[in-house]
Amino acid sequence: MSRVAIMMFAALILLGARPDPASAQSARPVSDDVVHEIAAQLRCVVCQNLAVADSPSEMASQMRAIIRERLAAGESPAEVQRYFVDRYGEWILLAPPRRGFNLLVWLLPLVAVAVGLVTAGALVWRWTHRRHGVRTPPVAVDPAMSERIRRELERGS
Amino acid sequence: MKRFWRWLIPLAAVPVLALLAYGFRVSPRDIPSPLVGRPAPAFALATLEGAPLSLAGHRGNIVVLNFWASWCYPACYEEAPVLERNWRGYRDRGVVVVGVAIQDKREAAEKFVGDFGLTFPIAQDLKGTVSVDYGVYGVPETFFLDRQGRIRVKHVGAVTDDVFRKTVDRLLAEAGSP
Amino acid sequence: MTADLGYGMTLVALGLALYGGVAAGVGARTGRLALVESAQHAALAVFVLVTSCFALLTYAFLTFDFSVRYVATNTNLGTPFYYRITAVWGALEGSIILWSWMLALYTIILIVRHRVGARELYPWALATMLGILAFFLLVMTFAAPPFQRQVPVPADGRGLNPLLEDTGMITHPVALYLGFTGFTVPFAFAMAALITGRIGDTWLALTRRWTIVAWYFLSLGLLIGGWWSYHVLGWGGYWAWDPVENAAFMPWLTGTAFLHSVMIQERRRMLRLWNISLVILTFGLTLFGTFLTRSGVIASVHAFTQGSIGILFLSFLALVLLTALGLVAWRWEAFRSEGELDSVVSRESAFLLNNVLLVAAAFTVFFGTVFPLLSEAVRGVKVSVGAPFFNQVNVPLFLSLVFLMGVGPLIAWRRASLDNLKRNFLWPVALGIVAAATAFVLGVRSSLAVLTFATTVFVAVTIGVDFTRATRARLRLGESILPAMGGLLLRHNRRYGGFIVHLGILVIALGVMGSHAWSVQTETTLHRGETAELAGYRFRFDGLTAVEESNHFKVTGAFTVSNGTVLGVLRPAKKFYPQEQAPIAYVDYRLGLREDLYLVLGDFARDGSQATIKLQVNRLVSWIWIGGMVLTLGALLAILPERHRSA
Repeated sequence: MSRVAIMMFAALILLGARPDPASAQSARPVSDDVVHEIAAQLRCVVCQNLAVADSPSEMASQMRAIIRERLAAGESPAEVQRYFVDRYGEWILLAPPRRGFNLLVWLLPLVAVAVGLVTAGALVWRWTHRRHGVRTPPVAVDPAMSERIRRELERGS
Repeated sequence: MKRFWRWLIPLAAVPVLALLAYGFRVSPRDIPSPLVGRPAPAFALATLEGAPLSLAGHRGNIVVLNFWASWCYPACYEEAPVLERNWRGYRDRGVVVVGVAIQDKREAAEKFVGDFGLTFPIAQDLKGTVSVDYGVYGVPETFFLDRQGRIRVKHVGAVTDDVFRKTVDRLLAEAGSP
Repeated sequence: MTADLGYGMTLVALGLALYGGVAAGVGARTGRLALVESAQHAALAVFVLVTSCFALLTYAFLTFDFSVRYVATNTNLGTPFYYRITAVWGALEGSIILWSWMLALYTIILIVRHRVGARELYPWALATMLGILAFFLLVMTFAAPPFQRQVPVPADGRGLNPLLEDTGMITHPVALYLGFTGFTVPFAFAMAALITGRIGDTWLALTRRWTIVAWYFLSLGLLIGGWWSYHVLGWGGYWAWDPVENAAFMPWLTGTAFLHSVMIQERRRMLRLWNISLVILTFGLTLFGTFLTRSGVIASVHAFTQGSIGILFLSFLALVLLTALGLVAWRWEAFRSEGELDSVVSRESAFLLNNVLLVAAAFTVFFGTVFPLLSEAVRGVKVSVGAPFFNQVNVPLFLSLVFLMGVGPLIAWRRASLDNLKRNFLWPVALGIVAAATAFVLGVRSSLAVLTFATTVFVAVTIGVDFTRATRARLRLGESILPAMGGLLLRHNRRYGGFIVHLGILVIALGVMGSHAWSVQTETTLHRGETAELAGYRFRFDGLTAVEESNHFKVTGAFTVSNGTVLGVLRPAKKFYPQEQAPIAYVDYRLGLREDLYLVLGDFARDGSQATIKLQVNRLVSWIWIGGMVLTLGALLAILPERHRSA
């Protein structure tokens, strides 16, 4: 009997509850920044490619409230994130976790830059080591004159 | 450069094109649920009439848990009569249909229920906690729970007679006690 | 009647484009000028037909001709006049017409400009343009016909997507498409160069201005898109790394790389293979963009539709890439370069590095965009790749690029002597360090912000150094200051246009940094009369009003803003359109140089007694738009025809 009473009591509270994220009684104060940080990592499930932190949709608003509640109840940010991943899968994280196959997307850009640098380096090496004839030593030139020459060279061709 | 290495350049485009072609076979909105096979998350809501609604009270039954909204057109409108029809057909066989309205206004939800003459228990998830608990990302979504309270099937989109009956029959046929 | 007439015209246009492409190609191969001329006539006819289709469709929209299905789905009796015009390109079919029309227009301009003087390349370029135009007309005729009949004719239409009822709708697609289609011409000339084997400087010189024009429009389209996102979509941001945004950004990155590497080919005759590949890559990426928007393969805000049209685009992309890259492989021998360099420290190296970084960034964006597909194909697990990933990986690349912006223009060609380095970079480096120290002293603790600030100061000073030195040289020749500066800008408009573009990028960089590092937000529910506070501003909820508009129902919240003194009233609203499932947020904002106030209305009580709002104070976002304007001004300066140098 008492079990039913408790459930009815809970139901009444829930029925009377209004969408009221910020003024919910918190067990401990939760800063907006922490909520925003966590929400920025989660994908708004009803939008296309927006973060929960940014989306104006009602679902995202409710999700932000859930984040706040969980933080207030004592969960750590990592635990809150794990909760969402538990329910939705890896898909809900806006950046793939750096594990296993996902490392590919994190590392390949670095590899691309490295490959690019190596290729460019090889190219520059080839260019600097191609000599047609004897290299004459640079002639000492008055700086002002060399500046004018430089400017003319740039203006020309 | 040897004669044949140069042809790697156009060939390099092929795997990329193949990957894009693969994209036609999958739908970006089809997210598999990690909850399938796990115990269904508990909840404690109240129906639109005020009666308490929770899963604990239905242990031992097959539960068809349907998330919907009155603004979800046309899918929820298509499946409402299907759910009602099958609710009436299966309720004596230990199957219970439960509806949860999410992101809806109470009046709109009540009107929907009235329009379709829905008689199975329906509650409103005001704060969205239940829908998030179930990993709901759109409406309608329907979860089929077995007698032990485990989520066995998640169906995204409108439920048809065919889907309902096949799934529920399969779950009913399983031996098992709560 | 309208539908049939329009359909007939598209069919004829398709036939003519196919004929023209073949005729130009055969004419080029066999040297028969008559065929090439015939192709020109065909191109003109196609342009006239496509323009007529466009006009006919617009007329149908303006007169509420619901017998045309496209009109019935994208407008209704309540749609305001100007949106009825922009609705023409508001959905898939109209976007194809717009694209085709621009291609036809560019073809005509190509004919007029290059018919005389590019004897060898011109016919092949014309053939390529007509071939690509034929493809889009094919899509328009069979896959996405805008002139399908709606039977029975409905009394009222469905209505335009409310998010598109905005001035951005007038300019964003037009600018973006002018940019995308603009890159077709350099591609056409690249193909001509490959086919004829004349891969030297001719094709490059011909396409230089085309490339800058296309780049200009693409930049404009991206900036307007960001502005549109910021003030319409209601999420308080300007760039979400959405797949379709990425699809427009990638050709911009490779296009920028191309703009820089052509300078190496122009001066030093090096990197010819690379330049042709870049053009092919850029054009390929524009096709990839249209494929992404229309195939539904990757979920996106912008996605128009799914279905067979995606297969068409993918097939065409495959055809283009394999043919073009195949030609590159075929002509491999011809790309031997004779370039020489005296030192690693030189402008050539700086430009190479610029290209490496830009193409690496484009690759990163590309791989991140398709990675969800790859993950699913290999692992069967769906993952998301969004803003946190792209921001993290791209920021170092972009910051390095900004730094290079300061190095490149001043470092010497071939070999930069120590003297040259000292003269040019002593002040910029010194002031950059001073800027970093100042930022730190002023309380900036984010290392990224400090670094960005230092780098932008460094680059700004390099630009200042160059400009001052050049002006002083002119002053010494006897000119007075304003004519000296003006003359400098006009005479060397390419160089100084480029500098102004760089300045624009600097301002944008600061805006992006500010908005990311220092913006704050909160969300709260207020009762009538209650006040919320954020960043020194107070927002008092005054109440809600409900209004019936021509095609929607609007609930507006009034919020008085003050920061000591009353600044005004902001009115964010929710618009309820009958044809839309969820209400559309209408944000209200107050823009400022230093910060923007940004309000989004959330849930509210029926009786207007309370409302939930999302408050944002965004810092330095206006700098992005200002930087954008500077950038476009610089691009326009660079596009100007070069004054013939006398001395």
